[in-house]
Amino acid sequence: MKNKSLVSINDYTKDEQLRILDLAEKFEKKPVQTILKDHVIASLFFEPSTRTRLSFESAVNRLGGKIVGFSEASNTSIKKGESLRDTILTVANYSDLIIMRNPIEGSARFASELSHVPIINAGDGANQHPTQTLLDLYSIKKTQGTLDNLHIAMVGDLKYGRTIHSLVIALCNFNTTFHLVSPVELKLPSSVKMHIKENKLAYHQYTEMDEVLPKADILYMTRIQQERFSDPLEYERIKNVYNLHHDMILNTKDNFRVLHPLPRVSEININVDKSPKAYYFEQALNGVFVRQALITSILGIA
Amino acid sequence: MDNKKVKELKVSAIENGTVIDHIPSNAVFKVIRILKLEAFENMVLFATNLESKKYGKKGIVKVSNKFFAPEELNKIALVAPLASVIEIRDFQVRSKTIVEIPDKIKGIVKCFNPNCVTNKEEVSAIFVVADKETIRLKCHYCEKITTRETMEFR
Repeated sequence: MKNKSLVSINDYTKDEQLRILDLAEKFEKKPVQTILKDHVIASLFFEPSTRTRLSFESAVNRLGGKIVGFSEASNTSIKKGESLRDTILTVANYSDLIIMRNPIEGSARFASELSHVPIINAGDGANQHPTQTLLDLYSIKKTQGTLDNLHIAMVGDLKYGRTIHSLVIALCNFNTTFHLVSPVELKLPSSVKMHIKENKLAYHQYTEMDEVLPKADILYMTRIQQERFSDPLEYERIKNVYNLHHDMILNTKDNFRVLHPLPRVSEININVDKSPKAYYFEQALNGVFVRQALITSILGIA
Repeated sequence: MDNKKVKELKVSAIENGTVIDHIPSNAVFKVIRILKLEAFENMVLFATNLESKKYGKKGIVKVSNKFFAPEELNKIALVAPLASVIEIRDFQVRSKTIVEIPDKIKGIVKCFNPNCVTNKEEVSAIFVVADKETIRLKCHYCEKITTRETMEFR
């Protein structure tokens, strides 16, 4: 995996993904080390992102690495009209690895072809966000003890949610049964369903959650954004349907866990937070270990 | 002499070069563009809305003193999937082939996604052909699918 950019989850084989997850487990046991002390990591965030950026920077800092970069494009030479090409070619000279978030889709692939140092895609518009997928896989594996043969329910905006698309594609390697819960307007796109069909896996589609909850091992909730609806009344109705309450998870399996990529709005009531089945904040913490594993693998030092 | 051969040609014969026949009528200008014939210096003859027994109406392009590499010609399969290519030497048909949609397409089609890096930076769009029958082109960069309906040429 040395020097291999991660732009899209499919850039890494199943074995490479599993290797990262195994390594993440070691970092979870010992997250503070000095193995990155001789490395400079560039963190280029062309648009703001609290969670992802801090998680990456925390991962690097805890391993003793140095970070250069910016958290928004507005006070950089991009504002002076510098092209992405020139920014990448320059920054590649200053660092050993580049972490980039950019709202332009395909920008990470483009950067990985220009740069002589590896690129980690921290989100390119609506396209890919592979480190989220790795941390989701890690969270599933950690809570279930396995990734194989699970019943995974995904709820909310399955049409536009890039984390959903990448996770579905990654889970196709693990004989998953998919339970897809969404409003009719926000169903999983056929281009993603194609992966499920190609792997001859089962999927079921629903418009309400109730029926799915007792079957699921994992409930992966996502946010439904108001701007996806042309009719505000329809949004209000849907918002109430896709709202998880504590009472709803009482009759679920013992191993049942609720995941959410965060930020959440109203789709998970805060009364779920205190349940041992709520896992979304630990999930966010797992992102640090997974990113430590990824960065050190790519740099060839783990 | 064979009857077929004496029928009047709507477009004059060429001595040496390439004839591209069975182009859909609405695609003749696109074929000219894809093959970069706008800048070509030798004789180019073309016609459109010709009667065709097989296809109703068709277009034809004849390019004098030019023989194309198959990968060049295959690019036109995106707009003229049934086109036949005839190589002419000394007014005689030397070979007749049909075009084939390539597995990868570089530089000729625009990605339909306005937020794709290929529409923002100096970089050519590259597509992997995901489905040759319905024509679904998956962008190498933004991974979105450009279809026949959303396809535009550079």
